[in-house]
Amino acid sequence: MNEQLTILLVVVPLMIAPITALFKSHTISWILTAIVSFTSLILSFIILFDVIDGSHVIYELGGWRPPWGIEYKIDSLNAFIALIVSAIACLSTIFAWQSVPKEINENNYGLFYAALQLCLLGLLGIALTGDIFNLFVFLEISSLSSYALISMGRSRKALTAAFSYLILGTIGATFFLIGVGFLYAASGSLNIADIATRFSTFADMQLVMTGFIFILLGLGLKAAIFPMHSWLPNAYGHAPSVVSIFLSATATKVSIYVLIRVLFDLYPVAYWQALLLPQILLVLGCVGVIYGSFRAWQQVELKRLLAFSSVAQIGYIIIGISLLNNDGITASVMHLFNHALIKATLFMGAGIILYRTNTTKLSELRGFGGSMPWTFAAIVLAGLSLIGVPGTVGFVTKWYLLSGAIAQGKWIVVVAILAGSVLAIAYVWKIVEAMYFNSKRKMVIQNVKSGDINLAKAPISLSLALWIGAAGCLYFGLYTELPYQSAQSIATALLSSEVAQ
Amino acid sequence: MMTNDLILRVVTKWLSPIIILFALYVQFHGDYSPGGGFQAGVIFSTAILLYALTYGLDAALKVIPETALRVAASFGVLLYGGVGVVSMLLGGNFLNYSVLADTPLAGQHIGIIVIELGVGITVAAVMILLFFTFSRRVDPE
Amino acid sequence: MIEYILGHINYWFIIAVMMVGLYTLISRANLIKKLAGLAIFQTAVILFYVSLGKVTGGTVPIVDEAYTLYSNPLPQVLMLTAIVVGVATTALGFALVIRIKEAYNTIEEDAIFTLDQKDHE
Repeated sequence: MNEQLTILLVVVPLMIAPITALFKSHTISWILTAIVSFTSLILSFIILFDVIDGSHVIYELGGWRPPWGIEYKIDSLNAFIALIVSAIACLSTIFAWQSVPKEINENNYGLFYAALQLCLLGLLGIALTGDIFNLFVFLEISSLSSYALISMGRSRKALTAAFSYLILGTIGATFFLIGVGFLYAASGSLNIADIATRFSTFADMQLVMTGFIFILLGLGLKAAIFPMHSWLPNAYGHAPSVVSIFLSATATKVSIYVLIRVLFDLYPVAYWQALLLPQILLVLGCVGVIYGSFRAWQQVELKRLLAFSSVAQIGYIIIGISLLNNDGITASVMHLFNHALIKATLFMGAGIILYRTNTTKLSELRGFGGSMPWTFAAIVLAGLSLIGVPGTVGFVTKWYLLSGAIAQGKWIVVVAILAGSVLAIAYVWKIVEAMYFNSKRKMVIQNVKSGDINLAKAPISLSLALWIGAAGCLYFGLYTELPYQSAQSIATALLSSEVAQ
Repeated sequence: MMTNDLILRVVTKWLSPIIILFALYVQFHGDYSPGGGFQAGVIFSTAILLYALTYGLDAALKVIPETALRVAASFGVLLYGGVGVVSMLLGGNFLNYSVLADTPLAGQHIGIIVIELGVGITVAAVMILLFFTFSRRVDPE
Repeated sequence: MIEYILGHINYWFIIAVMMVGLYTLISRANLIKKLAGLAIFQTAVILFYVSLGKVTGGTVPIVDEAYTLYSNPLPQVLMLTAIVVGVATTALGFALVIRIKEAYNTIEEDAIFTLDQKDHE
């Protein structure tokens, strides 16, 4: 029976999104979205506990056997990613209750929520499917809806941000498609597992290498890996709060998941080791960490600061992948989860600030920390996690990442990680300084709708979502079993599939 | 508006039904010959587009109101997903048409026709909606 | 060498189309032209896939007793999906361009950039 549950993850949003698009009322669309996201969360929990011991759930769409039909093959990595995506979707849904009516045009509620559900559908689909063309389709479903979602931001810059994301995202997806075409020409199959098992029969064809490079470039663009990150800061910086929360925590993560699948399951590790790819990725990761953190420190606007910090965090994940040992991959996979949690929390904090003060410019936020102590505390907590202070989720990842790097004797990587952390202290301090200190300064308040004298009332659903996120940062930093066990089992599976070949 | 273009108006009146008929042919003959929902939907929408181009947007909106289009676009997706859900309820996997009828062959037939119908409805509605939305947004110069 | 070039003539043309698209996309500041470039780029990929599926001497993949050799229908089916994705992307792109035009009153990239810089100050 559990096999049928896997497909429900995709079917539920597919059936509810078109219904949602017909409604104009905020309450109804929100309830439908809540149904979708909480159902997905429950389903992905059930599936994760099914496969955490290393077993698979296989689902053949339409009853067609692979490699002819599309097959969903769920192992712990798939289930883990699905869990991250649906958990963040739940947080964003809670947050949306009060944030969306303020930020989105009232004629578009239904369409907004439908796009959000479609984006969730696409991301879940990517996480589940075992067919590489099906993966492309889901990638485009999620991307197209995210372009639309980003363009609904309040400032007109959201439009240009969405447009440049559309251009770059489409180039990325098309590159991916070209790569898949080359791979299909060589292998005659689109099923990931099928290609992987027969890989040695066509490994020396040049098509395979060309395809590999195209796929890598495409995914690099989608995942915003360092030199290809230029769309990210604007897109996340100008999107509506809910969209920033949801996308920053999930979209790039899911692309990185696809990268992991391609690197470890589709192509054998030895194949891309011969191309010096681990070294290249390691350099890109290290430069990305330092560059992202440095640019974050330069920013004067909170959401853009957070977006640049995402570039740095993606760098950490790439470093972990390219270390190619158990600790490194465990750290990367855990950081997918941890960073999703941290960044979602921080963007929720930024969303509340935007809700209450109508600005996220750091210079205009001076002294607001005292007026909203709880929000401020949650932001600081998530900020500490971003730095990697012991007791928070960020520490766990960095610990494994460092031990992985030390085990390989890569001291430059250790230096880069530490330098990144120092810069993280700098930019988190920038937020704290702006919000807490200089409170004597006269505050410049822009017109705030429906609030008391200088601040809008503390919105309940927003604070609830924020504190769930912040508590998560603390809880999973102290009790690391769930993410650690999953990540450990995933890392073992990824590396052992290599030994088998 | 092109009120004086007699040739255009007459040709459109003659051509639109033929285009629609051809769309229906492509739609329902799609399981035996090249064709199917995507193509049929686009062909169908061109008939309406042609009508809108010659007679103006308001006339076209009288033929197909926008609300109907929105409902149709959603309905097509629901029809598609609905077939999948029905096949799940009948004990098969999602979109396994074989369980829809007594014999797998008949089931496959029913399944593919309903699915393609759903695709066709959605594609036609979305294409027309796109055209209407764009042409309303940009004022004629 | 000549044989190699002529034998893959369709792929050379596809590469040419692809480069035209990519170049238009990169070099033009006009957002509509950018989208046109993007569409050409995507079309090249569609041609690429359809070329892949062609079997020399094969006929259209409709089962008939008179023929035994058919072209591979799968790439064409895949491209049906890719075309739909392409149409959706282009439509969304145009929708964004219209809204950019309404918000900035221009669709030239450098003019938009200057306006954004002004906002910043």
